[in-house]
Amino acid sequence: MDMNLKLKIWRQTNNKSEGHFEMYDVVANEHMSFLEMLDVLNEDLVNQRKQPVAFEHDCREGICGTCSLTINGQPHGPNAGTTACQLHMRFFKDGETITIEPFRAGAFPVVKDLVVDRSALDRVVQAGGFISVNAGQAQDGNAIPIEKERASQSFESAACIGCGACVAACPNGSAMLFTSAKVRHLGLLPQGEVEEEQRVQNMVAQMDKEGFGMCSNIGACEAECPKEIQLYNIAYMNRAYFKAVFSGEE
Amino acid sequence: MNWFIKFLSSSIGRKLIMSLTGLFLILFLTVHLIGNLQLFKDDGGQAFNVYAHFMTSNPLIKFIAYGNYFFILLHAFMGIYIASYNRKAKGQQPAVTNPNVRITWASKNMPILGGLILAFLLMHMGDFWLKMKLGNVNMVSYAGIEGEVKNLYERVAISFKELWVVIVYLVGLVALAFHLNHGFQSAFQTLGINHRKYTPLIKKLGLLYSLIVPIGFALMPIYYYFFR
Ligand code: HEM
Ligand code: SF4
Ligand code: FES
Repeated sequence: MDMNLKLKIWRQTNNKSEGHFEMYDVVANEHMSFLEMLDVLNEDLVNQRKQPVAFEHDCREGICGTCSLTINGQPHGPNAGTTACQLHMRFFKDGETITIEPFRAGAFPVVKDLVVDRSALDRVVQAGGFISVNAGQAQDGNAIPIEKERASQSFESAACIGCGACVAACPNGSAMLFTSAKVRHLGLLPQGEVEEEQRVQNMVAQMDKEGFGMCSNIGACEAECPKEIQLYNIAYMNRAYFKAVFSGEE
Repeated sequence: MNWFIKFLSSSIGRKLIMSLTGLFLILFLTVHLIGNLQLFKDDGGQAFNVYAHFMTSNPLIKFIAYGNYFFILLHAFMGIYIASYNRKAKGQQPAVTNPNVRITWASKNMPILGGLILAFLLMHMGDFWLKMKLGNVNMVSYAGIEGEVKNLYERVAISFKELWVVIVYLVGLVALAFHLNHGFQSAFQTLGINHRKYTPLIKKLGLLYSLIVPIGFALMPIYYYFFR
């Protein structure tokens, strides 16, 4: 079924200029994904020799964390556990007006239109979101035995795709959910555990340096996270941080 | 000590200060409420005055009381600092408010609720504590008790006959109820205490606490205004 939609989209030339909303009409189809609907709009705009709307996308299958739209006030839109690229138009009504904004957070400056610079998250990962190994031949998968339960718990946190929706959802612009997911993912595994003390301190320090806010335990992040990363990740990180600061080996 | 200052100025360190001072205040409020239940005794204020005398003269309790004032101020200033830092960290607000149900009114308005509590506390301390310290309170003596004690009970009874005082108390206590409604469980999460075994219990206790304690305090001015 075809759908006639009104789009209220944030347009901004670059991070120095003031942005504003513009209205567009688009005819979409209920089977399209949200990004395909924007592709249709952009095709129309190009045909009219107008600037297409800049938005980020890559995998379009919910695994890369590149898409970053605030749709009607919600990062990644209305569906729980879904990225914007995996959101289908059937969840909207014919004739609806949809407001599309970039992810809003002080640490995510707008680059253009709906594109924001999320490299602050990369720097948080660079500060410690890794394990130090000599990368040689790929290791035998089961060289280090890990119980199934433990592997699954770690994997829950590893599901974070680093999209930054948690930061955009947070009224404080905090990146605690993202950072804690990395800390728990690595800390629960034997390969990552050895470096946990350094990791958690370095990552928290970088997170603070980037100007992310301080978590008020509101839980907006957990509700908007497309990978359903839970608040207990933050509790895990706080515990690891206290332990590292007060009883870490020097 | 360098490491400790570095820790306290980190985001998690600051939140730890909020959590520990908040939990201390929760403990204090519990003791304060239980002690003040003596205001409901129909004995002309003897039990309450004797209790108040003990609380203001025992050196250990005096020490804890000054700690309490310090913690309130630390909690308030740190709370205001965090709130203003977070406003900047958020930057531009989205044009459409997030309809996310997890953003409760209380959790989003902790600094405003805290500000109301602080305003209330200033008025409350001015009315009782300051007047007591400045000696604007009559003395009484009771059989079987050595010397005179301050008649704080009389001061309470006079204050709670004023409608505006009762209203200020009720507003302050409603703010406290909302503040604790979010704050109680939040303090545990900040400490890293979150587990599916007991977090549901903590949340239930928090809800109960945030209702029982403010209602308990609210009954005092209401009782004195209407029934004394
Ligand atoms: C007796 C009175 C008070 C009690 C029992 C209390 C208790 C609490 C508790 C338990 C928390 C949660 C801490 C955490 O999340 O780790 C909290 C947070 C907070 N309190 Fe209070 N508080 C009181 C008074 C105040 C006052 C006077 C202010 C002054 C402005 C204030 C401002 C705040 C703020 C802004 C937060 C949120 C901090 C954050 O999570 O980012 N509170 N309070
Ligand atoms: S925690 Fe969730 S919302 Fe935050 S970056 Fe990871 S996947 Fe995105
Ligand atoms: S484009 Fe890769 S997650 Fe949406």
